Amino acid sequence: MRLVLVGTSHHHAPVELRERVALDREAASALAERLGEAVCLSTCNRTELYVAAADVEEAERRAAAALTELEPRVEPALYRLRDQAAALHLFRVAAGLDSLVPGEGEILGQVRAAHEAGTPGRLLDRVFRQALHAGRKVRAQTAIGESPASVSGAAAALAEQVFGALAGRSILLIGAGKISEQAARNLLSRGARIAFVANRTAEHGGELAARFGAAAIPLERIGDELAHADVVVSSTSAAGLVLDAATVERSRRGRRLLFIDLAVPRDLDPAIHELDGCYLFDIDDLEAIVSETLAGRRGEAVRAEALVAAEAEKFHEWQASLDVVPAIASLRARAEEIREAELRKAESLLGRLDDGERRAVESITAQIVNKLLHLPTVRMKQAAVSADGVIYADAVRHLFGLGEEDGR
Amino acid sequence: MAELLFWPVLLLYGEAAVGYFGEARRPGAAGRAATWGVRLGWLAQTALLGAQAAREGGFPWGTWAGSLNLFVWLVVGAYLIWGCRKPYRLLGLAVMPLAAVLLVVSRAGGGTGVGTRSRYSNLFLVLHVGLVLAAFAGFTLAAALSALYIWQERRLKRREATILRRPAPSLATLDRLAGRTVAVALPALTLGVAVGIARLLSDGDRVDALVVATLATWAVWAAYLVARTRGLTGRRAAYLALAGFVLVIVVRLALPPVHFA
Repeated sequence: MRLVLVGTSHHHAPVELRERVALDREAASALAERLGEAVCLSTCNRTELYVAAADVEEAERRAAAALTELEPRVEPALYRLRDQAAALHLFRVAAGLDSLVPGEGEILGQVRAAHEAGTPGRLLDRVFRQALHAGRKVRAQTAIGESPASVSGAAAALAEQVFGALAGRSILLIGAGKISEQAARNLLSRGARIAFVANRTAEHGGELAARFGAAAIPLERIGDELAHADVVVSSTSAAGLVLDAATVERSRRGRRLLFIDLAVPRDLDPAIHELDGCYLFDIDDLEAIVSETLAGRRGEAVRAEALVAAEAEKFHEWQASLDVVPAIASLRARAEEIREAELRKAESLLGRLDDGERRAVESITAQIVNKLLHLPTVRMKQAAVSADGVIYADAVRHLFGLGEEDGR
Repeated sequence: MAELLFWPVLLLYGEAAVGYFGEARRPGAAGRAATWGVRLGWLAQTALLGAQAAREGGFPWGTWAGSLNLFVWLVVGAYLIWGCRKPYRLLGLAVMPLAAVLLVVSRAGGGTGVGTRSRYSNLFLVLHVGLVLAAFAGFTLAAALSALYIWQERRLKRREATILRRPAPSLATLDRLAGRTVAVALPALTLGVAVGIARLLSDGDRVDALVVATLATWAVWAAYLVARTRGLTGRRAAYLALAGFVLVIVVRLALPPVHFA
């Protein structure tokens, strides 16, 4: 059995093409079933078919046909990889090294889900399990996924730098647009609570507030609620400042406050940052942080690549050993068969031995067989890794007449 | 035997100090190695103190240099409570170089070798010297937490783009831990000083400069705690803790020979 990969990703195809071949879990599962021993990994950035087959050309052709059936224009954007190259690719994908944002962690869950929804045999099962292991190892042993990769993620991480765990911390949202909501969701996912939504239009503000279980307040009341907030996230389309430093100083009652200003032009008075215990970050500050953390991720990616390469090498050794395992098993079976036959022939002599002596003879003959076969077994496994495995296996079959049992 | 144990302790604390500098530059292996340096160094110093106590058959750290040795052990021990956790590793940058230097000073004064039998009872020495040193170790840790607070806050105020690349505890956590550490250390100092003053009065000895400086230290840290209950937090509280730590250093290094004479 050999491993084949056919697919496309954000490196090769624009979103207009990727969305045409993107498959939900059921469709991916059905496609895998149609291809035999296969797994379909489909995310917003890639659709890849992993197939295990004896005939690699045929498997590649069928996998490519399955994707071009969905969208014929995807053909030039397809890549085809085999065996170790395909495995290495999957390991890099699972580790987040092939992602748009290096080190993103969502892909690991997507690989796991694809594995579960597919129809893997022994080879695919092994390569996917090892890919998941490689992904976990990279995340545990490098810092590639530790820092945020988006502006809203950076805002939430900054809040943790100021307050620690965000559970129970109160957020005041100024503006009810999509950007505010995105930042709010990131803070919510870390345990914070959206306490207030302040908006110029009461209707929009009320809608968002209702979704988060928060109180909707008019912009004029922001000052009153500062004493109950920990983080203020602002993103309105107002032409001027929405909140000035004097109001903050007057209203906050000595509280430590983090201000995130995602608006352009800015909503929050830059002088707020000068107040003791107040920290204000605007969109430029956050983008600089994200850019820096992405650079850090790229640095960590070098270490991650080494870990992934080592895992791919282990897979290669395992896959190569598959070529010689049947020959080794036959050789051992033949040797055992001969040993037992010779013992049967000597039955007339052995019959005079007591049980203890008989067990000793059994043990000695078994040890002789094992010792004789140990070195050839090791050498065949070593040869398998260096691509000579098939030659060695054939030689062993020929020399010992393995597979000629039926003709004997 | 005890003298020989000094070298592995110094080596391991030194390695930890260097490791934490490495951690500040690039988080990862250097920080892990430093943490192991602290753990093993502290165990080696425990063995050193144990050997000293066994040889003297009591409390051999009643001398100025000997008490410095015990002080270093207490500081590192207190640091180990949090220092092993990844976000707190940078705290070691404030603690371990100080520990290594003070250990060398202690050795120069003979504090890591054969002790001098004190005219005071072991119970008095444990209560007075032990509690005062434990309190000073707590203040040192609180000062280190405050220094880390000031450093972390400065990074936030400068809006450093690298702020999320180096793990550090949050401002709220540092502030809270510093307060709690002082809340534990101050009663220990109060009791230790009270025992010392009671002995001073019963022996009819005179109040020396060290006693005055220790009382001033007590007053500053008591003011710190009172101020915290009245809402003083953050940068100002951190600076007050550092001021209190300056007094701890003065008490530990500048004045003691008079008191121990």
